[in-house]
Amino acid sequence: MAIITTRVQSQDFDAAAEYEALRAGTPGAGALVSFTGLCRDEGGRLSALELEHYPGMAEKALERIARAAAARFGLLGLAVVHRHGVIPAGGNIVLVIAAAGHRKAAFEAASFVMDHLKTDAPFWKKEHGAEGEGAWVEARRSDDAERDQWNDAGS
Amino acid sequence: MPVRLVYFAWIRERIGKRDEELALPASVVTVGDLIAHLATLGEDYAAAFEVPKVIRAAIDEELVEHDEPIAGAREIGLFPPMTGG
Repeated sequence: MAIITTRVQSQDFDAAAEYEALRAGTPGAGALVSFTGLCRDEGGRLSALELEHYPGMAEKALERIARAAAARFGLLGLAVVHRHGVIPAGGNIVLVIAAAGHRKAAFEAASFVMDHLKTDAPFWKKEHGAEGEGAWVEARRSDDAERDQWNDAGS
Repeated sequence: MPVRLVYFAWIRERIGKRDEELALPASVVTVGDLIAHLATLGEDYAAAFEVPKVIRAAIDEELVEHDEPIAGAREIGLFPPMTGG
């Protein structure tokens, strides 16, 4: 049984602490892959991103995606943390840490989780710039293509 | 039976509310029917739902397609394509 942790929160996370916790909990792991998604400053144009979420549904979506990844890649452990609220440029948005027996499963699981978070988790990003609130970030068609390459009809 | 509707991102902004309870006519059977009906409720709603095919929907927090029947739904979420991660 994989150790699965999923959280939706406004406060920042400590990627190093999450990594050590998962590492300590998965003594059989031969590979840990950690991915952190950050708020880009877009060449100085962006001061922050505001992430809106659908409370309740967002938590369910993270858990469903995490369970699908753990089963598909035979993971020993998986941690997924996604923030909401106003996140300043350079700040943390999302954390995925996958623990597996071997590296390929850990790399692929982290990638699978991110591709599904992009398209199937109810979060929306709004840009904040020097002149205040800006536009909503539009979904990219390439995000759907990247999710669809996993051939699992969502998860 | 009134149903609770919740809106997100630019759909919420264009309508000007986060959520509401609405009594729906019997002719509204599917999610697609609901979106078409909402678009008739005034200028703000028409602006929010002017391109129905981009609207995503969830019934009781589960993503559904536009042909999904809404009978028995407690809460229907309507929102733009998601941009998480």
